Amino acid sequence: MALARAFADPVHGAQQTFRAVMNALARPGTLQPVDGLIEAPAPLSPVAAAIAVALADYETPLWLDDPLAAAPDVAAWLAFHTGSRIIAAPSQAAFALVADPAALPDLAGFALGSDIYPDRSTTLILQVADFAANTATSRLRLEGPGIKGHATLAVAGLPADIVERLAANHALFPRGVDLLLAGPSSVAALPRTTRVTLVET
Amino acid sequence: MSALATSGTVAAGGYNFAYLDEQTKRMIRRAILKAIAIPGYQVPFASREMPMPYGWGTGGVQVTAAILGASDRLKVIDQGADDTTNAVSIRKFFEKTSGVETTTRTANATIIQTRHRIPEAALTGDQVLVYQVPIPEPLRFLEPRETETRVMHALEDYGLMHVKLYEDIATHGHIATTYAYPVKVEDRYVMDPSPTPKFDNPKMNDCAALQLFGAGREKRIYALPPHTKVVSLDFDDHPFEPTKFDHACALCAATHTYLDEVITDDAGGRMFVCSDTDHCEERRAEGHRGALLGEAPAAIAGAAE
Repeated sequence: MALARAFADPVHGAQQTFRAVMNALARPGTLQPVDGLIEAPAPLSPVAAAIAVALADYETPLWLDDPLAAAPDVAAWLAFHTGSRIIAAPSQAAFALVADPAALPDLAGFALGSDIYPDRSTTLILQVADFAANTATSRLRLEGPGIKGHATLAVAGLPADIVERLAANHALFPRGVDLLLAGPSSVAALPRTTRVTLVET
Repeated sequence: MSALATSGTVAAGGYNFAYLDEQTKRMIRRAILKAIAIPGYQVPFASREMPMPYGWGTGGVQVTAAILGASDRLKVIDQGADDTTNAVSIRKFFEKTSGVETTTRTANATIIQTRHRIPEAALTGDQVLVYQVPIPEPLRFLEPRETETRVMHALEDYGLMHVKLYEDIATHGHIATTYAYPVKVEDRYVMDPSPTPKFDNPKMNDCAALQLFGAGREKRIYALPPHTKVVSLDFDDHPFEPTKFDHACALCAATHTYLDEVITDDAGGRMFVCSDTDHCEERRAEGHRGALLGEAPAAIAGAAE
């Protein structure tokens, strides 16, 4: 089996992907384009794969959800391109890759950090179907740092009770996980600081 | 090396793009992301030795190196000025190791690395402001033990800081802290804004640009996302007041800017000029004329006239 390539240009590909993630976290709800990649093995999406390669390495244990863990090509590809250990315990993960966010496990099962070191928490990378308004299953209203007034985000593929889960996560502040939503060609973020409610329709 | 060279990422002298190796950049980038997610909280990071001494901005340089991309335009200021030693050497460092375009115009820059000033011109959402921070812990001079200050932040135990400000009032009749004036971020973390003059504190609140803080010797990174609530600590009966000046800038006549006092002779002569050189030059180019502009030496007045 030949391994699929990662960034065509490892230095600038990683930098551009990181800047997209940084801008997404700094401005929750905005869509930041990610390109420059990547032949990732299914069911790992190219954008989620780009984020993983840009940020993960031997210092960051990775956790994979069931569809990703069931694909041996994914673990081999991530091991080669990041050097990360794939671990079974989500509470030890620096990054969690989730191909099926509708089956997202309890957020409290991931590393939440401590009151003294709240940064020692999992960053979840969720592969979502898209951010189009007409196909969205969740229409979210966002408030918090990084947002002037409020923002809205339409997402397809999140669990039906995502707002309650994010509220419980936000209530842990400064502890808590941070979510990166990897769409088909862009990334959005929901850091622990963001207050999320459903848009009234 | 040859594989990297073909992708155009090797800068002068054989260094990787922006000097740092890729694993170091990833480590710093992860710290920056957590810093953004927890505004005002100090994220520990494995600060590297840089080819300049601690105290010269090694934290800011590492943050800039980690975020910098080939299409960025970089501005570096030291106390507001583009042409002082620290700013010039850091700008040349990145010109040499990354090849990115540099600028002195605030409005043209996508990344602004600063030592102790915030530019006078309002920053935009397309810009990132990177601060060089000497002592990131606002409680350090009140409690020297890191283990204790960590717990104080965890418990939101900031009474000591208010006692310190109160002692200022008891001794001087007002809060005498004029720089590194502590702020509270989103009603949670007390943060050191780096030794910026308190004049600049209001600019941190609801700023459109992302603000990143790097402390190299102390190995800490912290951040303020755009439009974050940043409040200078004070008391109801002694509210925070930014520094005010009795003078206008002697070169551009500005009355809304932070001024430096410049000694002009050994007979008591002095002038007050804008600390932000780019802002001052732009105002002069627009035709604003200060009282001493005509007689100021070219080295001070610059090429704008």
